Amino acid sequence: MDLSDASQIVLIGGGQAAAQAVQSLRMGGYAGKLVLVGDEPALPYQRPPLSKAYMKGEFAEERLFFKPAAWYEDNGVELILSTRATRIDRAAQVVELEHGATLNYDALILCTGSRPRPLPVKGADLENVFDLRGLADVDRIQPNMVAGRRMVIIGAGYIGLEAAAVARQMGLEVTVLEMADRVLARVTSPTMSAFYEKEHRAQGVTILTGARLDHLEGENGKVSAAVLADGTKLPADIVLAGIGILPNIELAQDAGLTIDNGIATDRDAHTSDPRIFAAGDCASRPLVHYGRTGRLESVHNAIEQGKLAAAAILGKPRPPEDCPWFWSDQYDLKLQIAGLNQGHDEIVVRGNPDERKFAVFYLRNGTLIAVDAVNSPPEFLASKKLIMTGTKVAPDMLKDTSISMKDIAAAAASA
Amino acid sequence: MPKITYIDHDGTERTVEAKNGESVMEAAIKNSIPGIDADCGGACACATCHVYVDQAFMDKVGEQQEMEKSMLDFAENVQENSRLSCQITVSDDLDGLRVTTPESQH
Repeated sequence: MDLSDASQIVLIGGGQAAAQAVQSLRMGGYAGKLVLVGDEPALPYQRPPLSKAYMKGEFAEERLFFKPAAWYEDNGVELILSTRATRIDRAAQVVELEHGATLNYDALILCTGSRPRPLPVKGADLENVFDLRGLADVDRIQPNMVAGRRMVIIGAGYIGLEAAAVARQMGLEVTVLEMADRVLARVTSPTMSAFYEKEHRAQGVTILTGARLDHLEGENGKVSAAVLADGTKLPADIVLAGIGILPNIELAQDAGLTIDNGIATDRDAHTSDPRIFAAGDCASRPLVHYGRTGRLESVHNAIEQGKLAAAAILGKPRPPEDCPWFWSDQYDLKLQIAGLNQGHDEIVVRGNPDERKFAVFYLRNGTLIAVDAVNSPPEFLASKKLIMTGTKVAPDMLKDTSISMKDIAAAAASA
Repeated sequence: MPKITYIDHDGTERTVEAKNGESVMEAAIKNSIPGIDADCGGACACATCHVYVDQAFMDKVGEQQEMEKSMLDFAENVQENSRLSCQITVSDDLDGLRVTTPESQH
């Protein structure tokens, strides 16, 4: 885009994607006005520690912030916090904010993120029933993280399991309810699910799979129990819901932008309006290593699309599109995930889960498409490169721990 | 507050004041030092905060843990003074620390 120094770029949202885009625009030489509108009161901050070290009280709040307040002043970035954007007028190139203010834009970047899927049961509005998405959520949960209290977690996805690990380490009695027949069912293989179930049980977490929550019961407005469809009643002091997130697409939808599960973007983060970009959890993008589009909920995706949007606005070459990657910390287990495993037709396990150091590879037609690596950085890092190059890898080699990942990668690359 | 100097691969030096307790990576990110990506924010999950530590400080920056070692093993242009800057905690002992950033973190 051809933007003069008198131009204005507006970002809606204050998460990882917006923070990255602001940084990339300024470092990339954009000299016009930059305005970031966020509906939370805090400076833009990183979310991953919320369900890990920050929740445990081991990570000071100021370490969550991407930049100190002075950075925004020094770099001429106007922050409008605690404020929702309510409407986009595309014809006039104006964003309307609650309380009536308006902002003109020459380019607009939607980093509206996502919100927790609400618990669809009676009693979800009781006191001490929490979501875990923002800083304010954790600040509400934390005073309740007291040894001996009973926490029921609804949903055994990564957020639920990370929170279970933290709560257990803080001495709470933790029960995790999962509707599917295994934990992490939506995102990983039965081998990984079985491993994490075993780990959590060994730590004293009660995991109930195939368990459907019917409703929550309360006393004096506070939650007191979770009641399952089969009538089982689980006493609870705290309930934490982790049943997935919904992309915040409404602003884009109301403005008539194309929606495809998320706000539809091209490789350069353009939406269907050439002056509007979208990045992060809210956006659906081409997944170039997989030949399809999809919406990713991850730090890597937010950073990458933030960079892509900034580069497109500044007319710079497209930054590299990495293989999608994720991580999860539970107890002393570091899970690193590279790639997307949907559509795999073969699974190879390398190492022994009982040694708490192993990897599960996912292949399609002999090509590596994803890996889940537990305490195994070489498996993660080598796979990332193999996935990006679409390399065929011999399953027998992957299985053989006497051959290093470096040698496996070299052999695959030269085959 | 300890001062840390970050040197670009092309020789440009930038000195910042760091806080005790934060990591050498965090001090870089908060001051927009180019050459350190730190995509994972310090979880030792991404290996994009690789730096070369000045020899004079090698015995002050602490030992590498197993996880960092195996992450670094896959970084580009690793040397014996390579470290992941998210795994070095700032303290008064590190006042004057000089680290050089590699040409690329990928």
